[in-house]
Amino acid sequence: MPKVKEIEVLIIGGGPAGLSAAAAAAELGASVLVFERDDKTGGQLVKQTHKFFGSKKQYAGDRGYQIGNLLIDQCMSNPKVEVWTDTTALGIYEDGVVTAEGQGKHLKIKPERIIVATGASEKMIAFPNNDLPGIYGAGAVQTLMNVHGIVPGQRVLMIGAGNIGLIVSYQMMQAGVEVVAIIEAAPTIGGYLVHASKIRRAGVPILTSHTITEAYGQDSVEGAIICQLDEKWQPIPGSEQDLKVDVICLAVGLSPLTELCFQADCEMKFVPELSGHVPLRNKYLETTRPGLYVAGDVSGVEEASSAMVEGRLAGVCAAFSLGYGNDVAPKLQADALAELSELRAGPAGQKTVNGIKKLMDKGGAAC
Amino acid sequence: MLNKTGVPTAEDVLTVTPSEERLKKGPVAIIECFQEIPCNPCTEACKQGAIQPMEDINNLPQLDYDQCNGCGVCLSRCPGLAIFIVDASYSETEAIVRIPFEYVPVPRVGESVVGLNRAGEELGTFVVNKVQSGGQKNKTYTIWLVVPKALAMDVRSIRLGGLRHAN
Repeated sequence: MPKVKEIEVLIIGGGPAGLSAAAAAAELGASVLVFERDDKTGGQLVKQTHKFFGSKKQYAGDRGYQIGNLLIDQCMSNPKVEVWTDTTALGIYEDGVVTAEGQGKHLKIKPERIIVATGASEKMIAFPNNDLPGIYGAGAVQTLMNVHGIVPGQRVLMIGAGNIGLIVSYQMMQAGVEVVAIIEAAPTIGGYLVHASKIRRAGVPILTSHTITEAYGQDSVEGAIICQLDEKWQPIPGSEQDLKVDVICLAVGLSPLTELCFQADCEMKFVPELSGHVPLRNKYLETTRPGLYVAGDVSGVEEASSAMVEGRLAGVCAAFSLGYGNDVAPKLQADALAELSELRAGPAGQKTVNGIKKLMDKGGAAC
Repeated sequence: MLNKTGVPTAEDVLTVTPSEERLKKGPVAIIECFQEIPCNPCTEACKQGAIQPMEDINNLPQLDYDQCNGCGVCLSRCPGLAIFIVDASYSETEAIVRIPFEYVPVPRVGESVVGLNRAGEELGTFVVNKVQSGGQKNKTYTIWLVVPKALAMDVRSIRLGGLRHAN
């Protein structure tokens, strides 16, 4: 019978939300353990080479990987934070025990508080031959290029003009890969228009109301057929184009990684504005399971800037509930809540605001 | 149409274009930021008091053209690479356009590069007159390009390797 490790705050996920939560909770005096599935922490930040938006409080103007390094340093330099990499959480049980697989061992932890910051996973879309080698998720392309230094191919069709599609296209252009086109089924570009303009003026077309009808190729991708969509999202006959590409990159959205929340019996709700099933939570990010908090994309897909603020908020709340930081915690909570409102105040944040409103709205169909 | 193609319209550009008179006086920032997103590094970058502090972080930047001296600090700080500096006082016939640049290789001073408009169309080849590094942390280069005055509000990107005549 292996020994059960006791800890005050367990954070599941070492990305922008998890690391921010760890630093915030430890800063107030709580002992923190972070589980990270990967062999190093930082999450998606380590692959982001562009300068971040937001304000100084969210490190705006710094590049994503620089912010990642900063958060990692913050956690590493705090003796209250312990990080277990290569460790995957397996389950959260009724008696409060959390199990994990780490370095080939089955681990048991008994935390007093849990912050789930597992992030999100990429969506896939259906089209003929979408299993051909050469078809990647945008996250995989980023890992390949920015972690391992390998370009995915020579000529790319990007599917999706949200921020991820635009950013990854730009990264490929910077790496000398030709982006033939970015197509987007919606009638308008979903990502920030400054990203779109930067790519467009470098000569890459962004085709809204366009979709892929099929990929083709013998052993790997040799091309893609795309077509235009009408106002009802139906293909316009005769609008087909044949693009000779060796890579098709999918950036068609993310889904919150909520398996642990379901398994922990958090009350869940499907909210399209938050990109799928998300756990019900109060404004301090505590779910319907007392002592279990969520932060970042797992509580609704958004930007890394807000994930970091949510992480900080959850970290402060978890530590405060354990009796730490009684003098400063209320102000830190208020600051984080104000920052979140500020980030979401504009048209770009409207979707999230509506989603959270729906989520908090009692009486909706929960499951 | 900007939100369908990524190309700002002539009307969009007009909203951020200083008067002829101001342009003639010397370098000035052209902030091509047309969408309200939560972002304010430009306001903190500006030490001239030209870019007004934002009441709401989602506001569009407001530039006082007369306070702006075209120093270009905002250009290298803008996360969206949406700020350009235009100096129409450079010579009788030419202007300097400063463009943010994050590709490799970085052009050399004296090199001729292809100038592109907001839609990525070739406008000709122009000489690079200065190259400023953004430094170890910032990393965004500023490329100073000599262009005919008439193109000062059109050239917004560069490409190395010569004309492709693919417009």
